[in-house]
Amino acid sequence: MSSQIAPVFKREFLGYFRSPVAYVFLIVFLVASVGLAFFIGGFFKANQASLESFFVFHPWLYLFLIPAAAMRLWAEEKRGGTIELLFTLPLTTLHAVLAKFLAAWLFLVIGLLLTLPMAFTVSWLGDPDVGVIVAGYLGSALLAGACLAVCTLISALTKNQVIAFVLGVIALLILLFLGWSVFNQLLSGFLPVAAVDFIANLGVIPHFEAISKGIIDAKDLAYFGSVIALSLALNVAVLER
Amino acid sequence: MIEVKGLVKTYGNKRAVDGVSFKVNPGDILGFLGPNGAGKSTTMKMITGFIRPDAGTATVAGIDVTQDPVAVKAKIGYLPESAPAYGEMTVIEFLRFIAEVRGFRAKAAREERVERAIARTHLEPVRRQTIETLSKGYKQRVGFAQALLHEPPCLVLDEPTDGLDPNQKNEVRALIKTMAQDRAIILSTHILEEVDAICTRIILISQGKVVVDETPDQFRARKPGARLDEIFRSLTKGDN
Repeated sequence: MSSQIAPVFKREFLGYFRSPVAYVFLIVFLVASVGLAFFIGGFFKANQASLESFFVFHPWLYLFLIPAAAMRLWAEEKRGGTIELLFTLPLTTLHAVLAKFLAAWLFLVIGLLLTLPMAFTVSWLGDPDVGVIVAGYLGSALLAGACLAVCTLISALTKNQVIAFVLGVIALLILLFLGWSVFNQLLSGFLPVAAVDFIANLGVIPHFEAISKGIIDAKDLAYFGSVIALSLALNVAVLER
Repeated sequence: MIEVKGLVKTYGNKRAVDGVSFKVNPGDILGFLGPNGAGKSTTMKMITGFIRPDAGTATVAGIDVTQDPVAVKAKIGYLPESAPAYGEMTVIEFLRFIAEVRGFRAKAAREERVERAIARTHLEPVRRQTIETLSKGYKQRVGFAQALLHEPPCLVLDEPTDGLDPNQKNEVRALIKTMAQDRAIILSTHILEEVDAICTRIILISQGKVVVDETPDQFRARKPGARLDEIFRSLTKGDN
């Protein structure tokens, strides 16, 4: 049964590399992620053999890049009519949803891995904790997956890619704000600590920060897993309406 | 082979399909006629599992499409209206993708199927062209190629000769006729002469209901000597 995911996955994934847009996307991601680390994060000045000032920007980077990557996933099929072709082929909605999601995720992970020269350079110049760097990449990959799952769901709600993009940014903004320290400080002004904590843990940042510090705790993995699973399940439901 | 019983589909407060029932046997070429908006495409979309019926059943080879949609989809070759395809792929890339989804994973089997589909629909000149750059006629033929690639027992074709020039129309009709052996074919059309040329049965749908279900001869006999479009008009006059 999972064999039906393979042809659609292959088509989607290879499709990225047929289009110049994908290459532009990768370049923007690389330039922005490294640029932010150096110029805003003071990567060079900090003089630390760690990628912390590189990873810390990823949630904010994904805020705009992932809705851009995901906006066409379902909206384009609906607008172009190919959704009628796809859903009269012998595969289930779940197969199609998983295939598109996994292909997009793999594409984003490849973008992420293209930043490895940063890690290699730091390893060559200093003596970093390799485990923490690996954890950083894992956390960022999971964060990308969760953001992607949410934005793919949103793409299924509309035929218009621009609407999908805007709603995606708004959705991710909410997920980011919930766990953002500045916002949490604001809340703790009038809510009990337990409530603020609960709200913060609904957001992505606390879980992402924990993993990228090297603390790989089941509850953080479960958080990302749940966001992905829930979004994909809703995605199937929306398409079957 | 295809059996439809009391299919209903409502959009808002409009009944697009209002209790449609009919049967299609192997060897039948069923012509679906009707004014625009009569419910032809919606009925076809329910048979092919794209839309869920609000009531009624559609079974293909005894399998209910709402119970086991994947099995039904494997038995149908479907050409949707305006022949959608992934425009950024080339003809051959697209057909290879369809072949893989249809179960032809081994390279030899896949290539054989793809080549045969290309040959039958005369797509050789454009095999390496991206689909979005093709003319309407070629795009239509790509849709056809994709529908018959897996030699399904049922073909559901929504306006298969739409946008083709007269020669191409003839080719497609000839192709449909050769495919009809042992197959159940449903095709929808506005072109009444097409119905005359290839259909073994006619169903006329108007305002979501089946108005006529008979052979072309019986249809013509309704008004002996009259043109087909006159008979059509007399049966569907009340429509928008």
